[in-house]
Amino acid sequence: MLILECPCCGVTGEETEFHGGGEAHLKRFGPGSADTDFENYLFMRENPKGVHLERWRHVNGCGKWFHVARCTVTLEIFGSYSAQTLEPPQEIKDAISAKRPGWSWRDFS
Amino acid sequence: MRRYSAFAVAREAARYHTGWERAWRSPEPKKKYDVIIVGAGGHGLATAFYLGKNHGITNVAVLEKGWLGGGNTGRNTTIIRSNYLQDPSAALYEKARSLYETMSQDLNYNVMFSPRGVIMLAQTEHEVRGYKRTAHANALQGVQTEFIGPERVKQLVPIINLEGPRYPVLGGLWQARAGTARHDAVAWGYARACSDMGMDIIQQCEVTGVRSEGGKVTGVDTTRGAIDCDKLGMVVAGNSGPLAEMAGFRLPIESVALQALVSEPIKPCMDVVVMANTVHGYMSQSDKGEMVIGGGTDGYNNYTQRGAFHHIEETVRALVETFPMVSRLKMLRQWGGIVDVTGDRSPIIGKTPLGNCFINAGWGTGGFKTIPGGGWATAELIAKGEPGPLAAEFGMERFIEGRFIDESVAAGVAH
Ligand SMILES: Cc1cc2nc3c(=O)[nH]c(=O)nc-3n(C[C@H](O)[C@H](O)[C@H](O)COP(=O)(O)OP(=O)(O)OC[C@H]3O[C@@H](n4cnc5c(N)ncnc54)[C@H](O)[C@@H]3O)c2cc1C
Ligand SMILES: [Zn+2]
Repeated sequence: MLILECPCCGVTGEETEFHGGGEAHLKRFGPGSADTDFENYLFMRENPKGVHLERWRHVNGCGKWFHVARCTVTLEIFGSYSAQTLEPPQEIKDAISAKRPGWSWRDFS
Repeated sequence: MRRYSAFAVAREAARYHTGWERAWRSPEPKKKYDVIIVGAGGHGLATAFYLGKNHGITNVAVLEKGWLGGGNTGRNTTIIRSNYLQDPSAALYEKARSLYETMSQDLNYNVMFSPRGVIMLAQTEHEVRGYKRTAHANALQGVQTEFIGPERVKQLVPIINLEGPRYPVLGGLWQARAGTARHDAVAWGYARACSDMGMDIIQQCEVTGVRSEGGKVTGVDTTRGAIDCDKLGMVVAGNSGPLAEMAGFRLPIESVALQALVSEPIKPCMDVVVMANTVHGYMSQSDKGEMVIGGGTDGYNNYTQRGAFHHIEETVRALVETFPMVSRLKMLRQWGGIVDVTGDRSPIIGKTPLGNCFINAGWGTGGFKTIPGGGWATAELIAKGEPGPLAAEFGMERFIEGRFIDESVAAGVAH
């Protein structure tokens, strides 16, 4: 069972208090965009075996969305961070690098 | 290959079982094959089998990183049904179901197919309407199903509680010719038949790289050396993402854990399969007497082949309200598999950006039932380079073209 920390209200809780929301940092495309952009946004997924950046919601708590860096092979949590950002903050990247030197996820590394 | 038969059992009994031969060979990999299939789950092995049987292609290797059938095929709860809503799914799933009926004879291997019937309970007005619609669609598709009322449900499943605390049973979608089969035997039976055709099934051989030149695959790197091929089939379920990444393309697939559990063996109490999709649980009884139980997927990307305990609690809670006797059962084992889920909950059988590389994936929570049909369609695709009628709608291009085969609303639960 995962133990997550909500950066919005500061509460640390176990998995049942939260709800997974899928891949983080998706770039959204709307009507009129190219078919490939639309397909990438709606359906194509990183699905990495290793470091993953994803959205979670504190459903049985403050109700807010946030982001988590997690390993899909060991289920280790590297840290959680605000959803109001286009990329993981440096301290999250450092926390991942400390345990997974040379990691990369899309354009982040 | 020596045939299995009642006579063979008697012969071997008379000589203390000293004459059984190995069911399949374990050869060293050759330098090159016409076709390499990655993944010796049911779909990979069935693909190889039909490449040989339907298309005469037998210079084939099936590469497996662990042991054959050790992925989702050997972890699933074996529900076989074809009462899907959309026409392309009904055609593919019904083809598979009908192939299951003669599989033991076709493979000369007892896969214990048991067409005991499957009920999908309707527990909300919405579900009643949905299943009636599916029954009508199935009638047009030539798939025999029927919407039945609560009395008939109770007659078929005496241990059921029609007046559950949250959702009463309002009826159900009944497919009498649906059922279960022995999962390992399906993998083993295909493996034995493939080996007999001269194909190489190579276990403990993980594909670690895909080599390509000018948009075509030339071979693969494995933990047992490089192997060349003219055509490559990727049939690795939950590991499709990493394998596609090796070949340089992305997929509309996410890998999540799906769990199942079995109880202690008890006396026969239920001779059909029951799925309760609103409360999220399903159950059948194995020939050994264990109650075989499953539910929904865990909610995040995962490659660990295990899931979280609270999902088991949810599943068991659902079953306790549907079958009160479950509250007195001791559970024996629990396990998980990594299932490959697509955006419209339908599988992918089709081409990839690499010209001679094909993919069969995205079966998610329900691809055991389609093993013979999926293998049939994938073999045709690999042999001809173009999908046949069964696979035509299942290419990846449906996501960019907006031509979904939307089954997510039709089942709503893992199966
Ligand atoms: C708990 C559970 C219950 C289920 N219940 C049902 C059910 O009741 N009915 C139903 O129809 N379906 C069910 N399913 C789904 C079903 O099990 C799968 O859809 C089906 O078995 C997929 O078969 P496959 O051959 O594609 O994959 P798998 O059987 O997973 O085979 C893929 C193989 O590829 C191998 N592999 C992966 N990567 C590599 C690599 N790089 N190199 C070499 N080999 C590799 C793996 O080791 C594996 O053996 C269930 C699944 C689970 C987990
Ligand atoms: Zn919070």
